[in-house]
Amino acid sequence: MSFLSYLIKGISLGSVYSIIALGYTMVYGIAKMLNFAHGDVIMVGGFVIYTLMSLAGINPLISVLAAIVICTLLGVTIEGIAYRPLRKASSLAVLITAIGVSYFLQNVALLVYGSNPKSFTSVINVPALKLADGKLTITGETLVTIPLCIIIMVILNLFIKKSKVGRSMIAVSEDKDAAVLMGVNVNKTIAITFAIGSALAGVASALMFSTYPNLSSTSGAMPGIKAFVAAVFGGIGSIPGAMIGGVLLGIIQILSSAYISTQLADAIVFLILILVLLIKPTGIMGKKLHEKV
Amino acid sequence: MKKNIMKVNLSKDAKYNLITIAAIIVVYAMCQIMIAAGMMSYLMKGLLVPFCYYSILAVSLNLTVGILGELSLGQAGFMCIGAFASAFFSKCTINLIPNTFIRFTLAIFVGALAAAIFGMFIGVAVLRLRGDYLAIVTLAFGEIIKNVLNTIFVGYDSKGFHFSLKDAASLKLQGDGTLIINGPQGITSTPQDTNFTVSTLLLIATFIIVANLINSRSGRAIMAIRDNRIAAEAMGIDVTKFRILAFTITAALAGVAGVLYAHNISSLNATPKNFGYNMSIMILVFVVLGGIGNIRGSIIASVILTLLPEYLRFLQDYRMLIYAIVLIIMMILNWNPTCIAWRKKYSLGSIFRKKTQGEV
Repeated sequence: MSFLSYLIKGISLGSVYSIIALGYTMVYGIAKMLNFAHGDVIMVGGFVIYTLMSLAGINPLISVLAAIVICTLLGVTIEGIAYRPLRKASSLAVLITAIGVSYFLQNVALLVYGSNPKSFTSVINVPALKLADGKLTITGETLVTIPLCIIIMVILNLFIKKSKVGRSMIAVSEDKDAAVLMGVNVNKTIAITFAIGSALAGVASALMFSTYPNLSSTSGAMPGIKAFVAAVFGGIGSIPGAMIGGVLLGIIQILSSAYISTQLADAIVFLILILVLLIKPTGIMGKKLHEKV
Repeated sequence: MKKNIMKVNLSKDAKYNLITIAAIIVVYAMCQIMIAAGMMSYLMKGLLVPFCYYSILAVSLNLTVGILGELSLGQAGFMCIGAFASAFFSKCTINLIPNTFIRFTLAIFVGALAAAIFGMFIGVAVLRLRGDYLAIVTLAFGEIIKNVLNTIFVGYDSKGFHFSLKDAASLKLQGDGTLIINGPQGITSTPQDTNFTVSTLLLIATFIIVANLINSRSGRAIMAIRDNRIAAEAMGIDVTKFRILAFTITAALAGVAGVLYAHNISSLNATPKNFGYNMSIMILVFVVLGGIGNIRGSIIASVILTLLPEYLRFLQDYRMLIYAIVLIIMMILNWNPTCIAWRKKYSLGSIFRKKTQGEV
């Protein structure tokens, strides 16, 4: 029974990872850049909810919606100011800029909220579910997180496959120059991608900090890296890959910290990532790259 | 006359390297004079050794990033291995080898060798990987090293070495035993053998090793792999061998930097701050801002960017914010096509050139 509860906990954490990983993977697929600042957008979302809900006493749902809007605006602003001027630059230059943005967001949060971690009040007000005579408890956060993630995945998949904007995203990710010739506005498409990714980061911030309520200026960094690992794990650029990678990563992390060692949980997650990439160099769902001579 | 030009051209690389080494020696001498004259602040004195090990880290990372053309985010992991291996060695042999010079020389080799072994291992592991996948594996590797070292307990007594992954008590040391690696507390009271002179010598050695490698047959092979792997393979270059070679040398030199680091502080422990991925990223920032593939630039960028946060201290809490903004602006100024065109139009050199053209 305890295994089952760990498994559910793992899926719940993994669902959050996959929402964050979606942001990474979509941006990578379209702009071919690693957005290192993505984790810090989550942190900003967390602080927005904290400020509105705990400090100003606003309704949780409105706070979360406000966080999603602010994260979206932040994502688009970052893209416009820092990444757009470097569209044609080497990928390393863009990576360093993303790191600069990450430092920037962390230090702004540090200046505004100080270095003491804040305790985040859960935005989810759902009673825990007790099964099998109280042996198996599923927290309200988990009950909300998992279905919400599934809904997001389904909507996102439909959006990308069916809508015009979604298809222009696929076009840009496959061949930027050909997409331009077909009349796709590349800059607008990339901005929309950043907007969606950052909105998802806003959702992820509400879910993640409700379960793990420790909020500080650096608390977005490690989940960001983990989600990035999840995206690579599933095959970066692939949306189903991000989902599978995220859920697997969450399960591995919770199970290894429960049964092997809490301190080594991160090491095990990273070790499995290396092993997977050794066997399948482009991740679980990644496309095989054909090299042209 | 023509012969003369040829001669200058041939020795251009050697001349460039000699000038760099001479510059390092001049700076070193100036620092020593300032210390002797009591003109150097306590803060600056404490930064002299970090200048050297950060430079070594940046120069060696430049070999992977600039010469081999692969993004590595595991530099801190290799440094961590070098630091722990050498500190372990020094702690074990402190009574055995009383001579500091011999002990520290051996420690440097131990640190470099340990890191090189891991570098070779990573080099083999990432053979099939490219670009961002390779970057994430090196990042993962660094995090694994940091995590594992936080859980290791090693002690030594009359019965030999004891090893545990749980806690210090489960080592069951005898009364005469000493605890060497104490889990999250790491290694304490390592002999402080590092000094500015040794660090400078090692920096020069690193520079010579990397500069010579670049100008050698192997270096040209590595650069050929960077520019076009398939073409290089078709020309008969053993891609596997040279990729592993570059990774191993990078790791070994990062290990040397780790040795300097470990013997410069009294207690060594693996925290996210010193051996986490943030450290690897910081070294990468040194390399990119110094110029990818430019070794001299790596050294200059390391020194300036280590100094910058210290000199921005008067800004107090705002200093890292300013650092972040400077980083973003510098990248945009360096890489944005509009900015590059603007710089070309209004730079001093172009104004000068226009004038001379006008005169002709």
